[in-house]
Amino acid sequence: MKNIDSKSHVTGKSIYLDDIPTRQGTLYAAVFSSPIAHGWIESIDFAQAFAMPGVVQIISHKDIPGENQIGGIFPDEELLAKKELHFQGQPIAVVIADTEQQAFDARKKIILKFTERKAIVDAREAQAQNSLIMPPRTFRKGDTKNAWKDCTYIFEGRAKSNGQEHLYLETQGAYAYPLENGNIKIHSSTQSPTAVQRTTAQVLNIGMHHIEVDVQRLGGGFGGKEDQATPWAVMAALGVQVLNKPVKLVLNRIDDMRMTGKRHPYDSDYKIGLSKDLKILAFEATMYQNAGAAADLSPAILGRSLFHSTNSYFIPNTKVTAYSCKTNLPPNTAFRGFGGPQGMFVIESALAHAARELKIPTYKIQHKNLLKTGDELPYGQKIEGGILLQIWKNLVQKFDLQSIENQIDTFNKSNTHFKKGFSLMPVTFGISFTKTPMNQARALVHIYSDGSIGISTGAIEMGQGVNTKLLQVAAQVFSVSANKIKLESTNTTRVANTSPTAASTGADLNGKALEMACNALLARLKTSAGKSFGVSPDDISIQDEIIYQNGIATSMNWTQLIDQAFLERVNLTENAHYATPVIHYDMSIEKGIPFAYHVYGLALTEVTVDCLRGTYEIDTVKIVHDFGKSMNPTIDFGQVEGALVQGIGWMTMEEIRYNDQGRLLSGTLSTYKIPDIYSVPKEIIINAAQSEGTDFAILKSKAVGEPPLMYGIGTYFAINQAVMAFNPKAKLSADAPFTVEKVLMGLYAADHPDR
Amino acid sequence: MIEFILNDKKVATPLPNGSLLLDFIRENQHLTGTKIGCREGDCGACTVLVGEVKNGQMSYQQIPSCLTPIGNVEGRHVVTIEGLNMDELSPAQQHFVDEASTQCGFCTPGFVVSLSQYCLSQDAPDTDKAIESISGNICRCTGYKPIERAADKLTQSLAGKSTTQTVDWLVQNNFLPTYFKDIPNRLARLAPKEKTNFGQQIIGGGTDLYVQKHEELVTQDFDFVINHKELKFIKVANNTCTIGAGITVTDLLESKDFSGLFPDLAKHLKLVSSAMIRNVSTLAGNFVNASPIGDMTAFFLALNAQITLAKDHQKRIIFLKHFYKGYKDLDKGEGEIITEIIFNIPFGKFNFEKVSKRTHLDIASVNSAASIKIKNGIIQEAHISAGGIGPIPTYLSDTCNFLNNKELSPTTIIEANNILQKEISPISDVRGSVEYKRLLLRQLFFAHFIELYPETISLSNLILQS
Repeated sequence: MKNIDSKSHVTGKSIYLDDIPTRQGTLYAAVFSSPIAHGWIESIDFAQAFAMPGVVQIISHKDIPGENQIGGIFPDEELLAKKELHFQGQPIAVVIADTEQQAFDARKKIILKFTERKAIVDAREAQAQNSLIMPPRTFRKGDTKNAWKDCTYIFEGRAKSNGQEHLYLETQGAYAYPLENGNIKIHSSTQSPTAVQRTTAQVLNIGMHHIEVDVQRLGGGFGGKEDQATPWAVMAALGVQVLNKPVKLVLNRIDDMRMTGKRHPYDSDYKIGLSKDLKILAFEATMYQNAGAAADLSPAILGRSLFHSTNSYFIPNTKVTAYSCKTNLPPNTAFRGFGGPQGMFVIESALAHAARELKIPTYKIQHKNLLKTGDELPYGQKIEGGILLQIWKNLVQKFDLQSIENQIDTFNKSNTHFKKGFSLMPVTFGISFTKTPMNQARALVHIYSDGSIGISTGAIEMGQGVNTKLLQVAAQVFSVSANKIKLESTNTTRVANTSPTAASTGADLNGKALEMACNALLARLKTSAGKSFGVSPDDISIQDEIIYQNGIATSMNWTQLIDQAFLERVNLTENAHYATPVIHYDMSIEKGIPFAYHVYGLALTEVTVDCLRGTYEIDTVKIVHDFGKSMNPTIDFGQVEGALVQGIGWMTMEEIRYNDQGRLLSGTLSTYKIPDIYSVPKEIIINAAQSEGTDFAILKSKAVGEPPLMYGIGTYFAINQAVMAFNPKAKLSADAPFTVEKVLMGLYAADHPDR
Repeated sequence: MIEFILNDKKVATPLPNGSLLLDFIRENQHLTGTKIGCREGDCGACTVLVGEVKNGQMSYQQIPSCLTPIGNVEGRHVVTIEGLNMDELSPAQQHFVDEASTQCGFCTPGFVVSLSQYCLSQDAPDTDKAIESISGNICRCTGYKPIERAADKLTQSLAGKSTTQTVDWLVQNNFLPTYFKDIPNRLARLAPKEKTNFGQQIIGGGTDLYVQKHEELVTQDFDFVINHKELKFIKVANNTCTIGAGITVTDLLESKDFSGLFPDLAKHLKLVSSAMIRNVSTLAGNFVNASPIGDMTAFFLALNAQITLAKDHQKRIIFLKHFYKGYKDLDKGEGEIITEIIFNIPFGKFNFEKVSKRTHLDIASVNSAASIKIKNGIIQEAHISAGGIGPIPTYLSDTCNFLNNKELSPTTIIEANNILQKEISPISDVRGSVEYKRLLLRQLFFAHFIELYPETISLSNLILQS
């Protein structure tokens, strides 16, 4: 089934936040923000700005009736700075005017006097100064100290991965307007309507019941709108509270890039020990996460880096410590993979390092240590349905790894101008919010008296196709056609206390709740039908909108059954609640079962480097992926392709640059490049692994949003190999992204120190 | 009043002619299928088509409405996604649905509009052309593979397309709404354009000005290069090529006279921004912008081109390499405009090189162009330029002087690089470090010779001796 939004998308009829018809008297807001990364406000003068044409109000922290606080995990982030400034782009005031242009023009007239202090932009520097978001966390298994003496080979090094701008094509924004009696409705481009509702209530000092948040769809989220869609919605709502007028706040691209956080940069040290036969005996790492100026979701992201620090490998002795370092950058935030990619990059760097020194292909070590069913991970969970070895075998045979390796070898021997490289990248990714209480969802289903169906859940549609999958669930349970079903907008008055649509869990959690609601309704309908045929409800079934009795079609159809049930005063509305069973986690000992299940996969990447210019092309990425029993291969394959390319972007051309004063240098689309149609792999082949799926996945169809992003890491190591083929002296340290600059410098480096 | 046809409707507006087409479409006309993505022509979410009669047929180009002043579409036909919709999906739309080429959907209308330009073009169907039509459209969700598949399917659907009666064929085959057929007649009936003159500030494509200061420009009236037909010509005669300053990069590609001079022109110009920016950006705009990494500036510097500067009835001709006095400091008097570009032919062999973080639709870290004449193995004349290695687009005089009358050999090239390294002064910035830019220019300098004289020069013999 195609994405149910496809037709409105291709005709330009889909409505995004900025397309909602505005109400009469709508005002427009622009955010005035800190020009410095660290310091404090001495004085602020709004007089000139206020005198500008069209300006209605300038809102500052003084106008906040409730708490000036938006921190989700820790209360450490003001909505509007009162005195202290912690990053460039930190909101200070909101200018509200008759038009957007007037708001922007007036913003320039605000006079801010400040005292500037030295900014910290580097995570290690922050850690050295004890500038931390929270105490470090350590995952331990076995005894690394004692294990080193058993290792034949020990390698130590450093791995860095840079941040990544979400670059959702639709920027952040919100549109809020007053309803009667102090109630406010907010349209927000958010992955987390409940966070918007809760935070707005807290800042405005009113009950959550006064705030209604509605989300039709997002023009891309990727985690960037999980926590960081909230402030803009709160500011718009604050404007409504102060002025009793509709207020629209949509960030332009430059403000969006400057003011919002990104994927966390990580800087890590590793030490890996192997036995003579290439078994990994011990692994230690220390990770320094650049959290930016406030916690945001950093603590949870740090956790996932630890959970995935051993990626797909069984390692008997591990010790990994991670610091969440507070710096003067915009608070970094969720981004597809949520710290997992950063964690995996470290171990993959360590393996590539070991292989380079041992003069063997990395895959020989990778393969030797793959996780199997029953293996215990450093956090205590045991692998179930572990199919990595099978996936590996499948890929190696299907694509004939040996001949690929030979061809590349031959090519490299006979070419100077171009060199090829390849890599394998296995992925084991845990599914569930690692904070157990978040693994719950609700669904509300109405069957209308004409037999049509309306569905509300907490899931946000942002292109990943969750609404399509939800529709499939209902259509399957009821056995009615898709055109009888409508997916409603996501609205806090219909489904409350929702978890964000994140962590790849949207379809699982909301789908399970929906399945329960539909099953409950189906049971009532069967009872009604059974009564009219004088048989037990168990004898009734529905197929393609026809009611069957003991497998034989009756003359009753779906519409007639609904009509009858309604007249019998059967409840045609159901609300169901789902909470993922089994999972639990104890942070005090860092052990438990945080994940309902794991998703597995493997990618083979081949690249060609132009050794004259330092540019490169990705020839092919071949993937075997564990979809479980995919309920929608069209959507799921699309997620794999899209996530892969996003991961490749992170590993290749997407380079975030801040200067020492914490100013974003890559703050426009002309300075920050994401993949275009010419830079993606020439070929992407995706194969579905033989997989049983799991009962924790909706219809045994495993979560697919995040895991494939990490296949992109393979591109880094394939490029690395090609560069080494040209210049064996280039001892490249792991430092992603592998920009064309780093490639050329590597190709012609006389000797590049490892550290 | 500015009049033009927007989709199926004639529109007239008293807005300043410098106001943006994107805002007019969304705010004034409430057509929200055209999206705001970046406002700097780098994402394609706001793509629209603009059409006019050329050689008796409608000719359409995709353009970024975020950088297009309404004065530049006066008297023309502007098409948004709404203007392409019919009762049933068009093949471009249907293939997008069938191949799952849309996820969040925000970029999708822009892609569909650009692909419609591909359908409307008078070229024979070819998937590479389809991809080129969307080279300025960015998608963050799909990884482009499903979009490539849709482009491929669309090419198959276009089999049999008439390249002479294109609009009629497309209407007949349900690619376009029927109103397209009457557009030429309706355009002819529009009010004549407002008179403009060189007294006002002149704007070409606006692709850089509107990135730098659109807030300032949208309230003003300008004189648009597009309205000066006398600046739109390419003439090759008497060992000289003369180009009107209003010529766009796309015009160069489409000119048989010009592309006849450069066997690899399409390959070179594919490195210059995207199709939709090439459609509107003018050569003179690129020169006057004086960006140290202007691609077209580097291109023409290596042809040792001259430019004509005019004010009222006074004219003077100077070498382009003398136009740049310092960073954004030009030998250009108040009110002077570039009217033409002149270079001598034949110019020997020509090559253009550019490396940027992303190969396409990006600003160069370093670019370089070269024209080289060789006789009996001796370099007769070399003109080499480079961008990104100093405050101005640079003609590498010392390097060129060194090369003249030298034997073409790896040794000569390596020695010339030593000279070259002395006449550049790159700085470290977001496009690369000093060390990188120096190394990269060396490589691109080598690349000219490797590309042009592969029988004599190879990467191996240059590196082994370096």
